[in-house]
Amino acid sequence: MSENKTVKFIVTRQDSPDSAPYEEEFELAYRPNMNVISALMEIRRNPVNTKGQDTTPITWDSNCLEEVCGACSMVINGKPRQSCSALVDQLEQPIRLEPMRTFPVVRDLQVDRSRMFDALKKVKAWIPIDGTYDLGPGPRMPEKKRQWAYELSKCMTCGVCLEACPNVNSNSSFIGPQPLSQVRLFNAHPTGEMNRSERLEAIMGDGGLANCGNSQNCVQSCPKGIPLTTSIAALNRDTTIQAFRNFFGSDNA
Amino acid sequence: MLKIQGGLIMAGNREFLNRRLHSLLGVIPIGLFLVQHLVVNHFATGGAESFNKAADFMGNLPFRIVLETVIIYLPILFHAIYGLYIAFTAKNNAGKYGYFRNWMFLLQRVSGVITLIFITWHVWQTRVAAAFGAHVNYDMMADILSSPFMLTFYLIGVISTIFHFANGLWSFLVSWGITVSPRSQVISTYFTIGVFVVLSIVGIRAILAFI
Repeated sequence: MSENKTVKFIVTRQDSPDSAPYEEEFELAYRPNMNVISALMEIRRNPVNTKGQDTTPITWDSNCLEEVCGACSMVINGKPRQSCSALVDQLEQPIRLEPMRTFPVVRDLQVDRSRMFDALKKVKAWIPIDGTYDLGPGPRMPEKKRQWAYELSKCMTCGVCLEACPNVNSNSSFIGPQPLSQVRLFNAHPTGEMNRSERLEAIMGDGGLANCGNSQNCVQSCPKGIPLTTSIAALNRDTTIQAFRNFFGSDNA
Repeated sequence: MLKIQGGLIMAGNREFLNRRLHSLLGVIPIGLFLVQHLVVNHFATGGAESFNKAADFMGNLPFRIVLETVIIYLPILFHAIYGLYIAFTAKNNAGKYGYFRNWMFLLQRVSGVITLIFITWHVWQTRVAAAFGAHVNYDMMADILSSPFMLTFYLIGVISTIFHFANGLWSFLVSWGITVSPRSQVISTYFTIGVFVVLSIVGIRAILAFI
C-alpha cells in the first residue's frame, strides 16, 4: 500500500436547523481499518477542507461505537446506516455523508430523533408492573417465544426504517415501522399482554398502523434484521379483530 | 360525524377506518365488478351478436341504477378520491431503494392515477353517452376502437387497471392481516401475478375483438 493513499469525503453540512445545507469536501490520510466515525474524529482534530480553508468541525451524534445504541445513524453513500459500523475499506469513494432528513436536522449530520421516543410513549411501549404491593414474579414466557421476542427487542431506535419509508415524510403523520414493531413485542410478553388492547387502540389512531403502504423498505433496511413487515402484518390482523370488538362490542373475555 | 361508543367510528380512528375501507372497496365490490366486466366484454370474441346479447342482459338488469350506484359509482368515487390523497402523500424513493416491493408501491400509485383518468374517460364515452341516448353495443365500441390513439389508450388503461387490481389484492391481504408470514406474502405475490396475467389475457382479447 502506498504511503500517501487518501480518503475523500463529501459532507452535507448545515449550520443551524433553519439554514440552507451546503456540501464540503475533505481529504485525509488513509489508515487501515478506518470507519466513518474515526474519519470524522480525524477531521475534528484538523478541520481543513480540500480547498485548504479552515472550517468548523463537523457535528454528529454517536455513543456506543458498536452498533447497539443507534445514535450515529446517517445517510452514507445514499443509504441510511450507522456510521460506527461503516468501514471505509468497504465504501465506494468519495464517501458521501448526509443527515437523515426525515428528522429535523440540528446541525451538520446530527438529527433530532425525538419523534421516535414520543411515538414509543404514544403506543405505550412498556410493561406496567408498578403497584401498591408486590405483584409477584408474573407468568413465565416459553423459551422459544423468548428467543423470537429477543429479535424484536434489538430495536435501537436508530431511525433507519423511518428514513427508508416513503410514507414517513413531512406530508404525513405516520409514526413509522419502529414503534409498531415494539407494540408487537410488548403485546407478546405475558405481562405486557394484559394491556394489549390499549396499545392496539393507540396504533389504530391517526398516523398509526393503517398508514403503512407496504413498500417494505423498512425490513430491507433495518440494520438489526428485525422482521418489521411481519410485525406490521401481524398487527394488521390484531387490529382487524380489535376493530370488530370495538364496533360490535366485546365481553372482554 | 357518528360517535359510537367503543370507537371504530370515532374521530380519532377515522384514518384507520378510511384506509381499511379503501382497501376493502378495492376488492369488494370494485375488484369483483372489474372481473365481471372483463368477462362480459370477452363475449365480443364470439362476435357482435354474442356481445350485444350479453351487454343487453347486463343493461336490462332490474334496479340497474341502484346496482350501479351502490356497487360501482360510490365505491369507485371513494376509492379514487382517498386513493389520490394516499398517492400524493407518499414521497417515492424507488430510485434510491430499488427493492421489488418498493417498485410495486410506486407502480400502484402510478397505475392508480392512470386508471382514474382511463375510467373517467371510459364512463364519459359509454355511460354518459348512453344517458344522452346512445346505445351501448358492439358498434359503439368498434367505432371508438377504430382510432389507433383510442386503441392504445384503451390497452394501456385496461392493463393499468388490471395491474392496480392484482397488486392491490396483494396489499389487501396484508392490510387485513390475512398474509402475515414472509412465505405467505411470497405465495400471494405469485398468486397475484397469475391474476394479472390471466385477466390481462381476457381484457386484451376482448379489446382486440372489436377491431
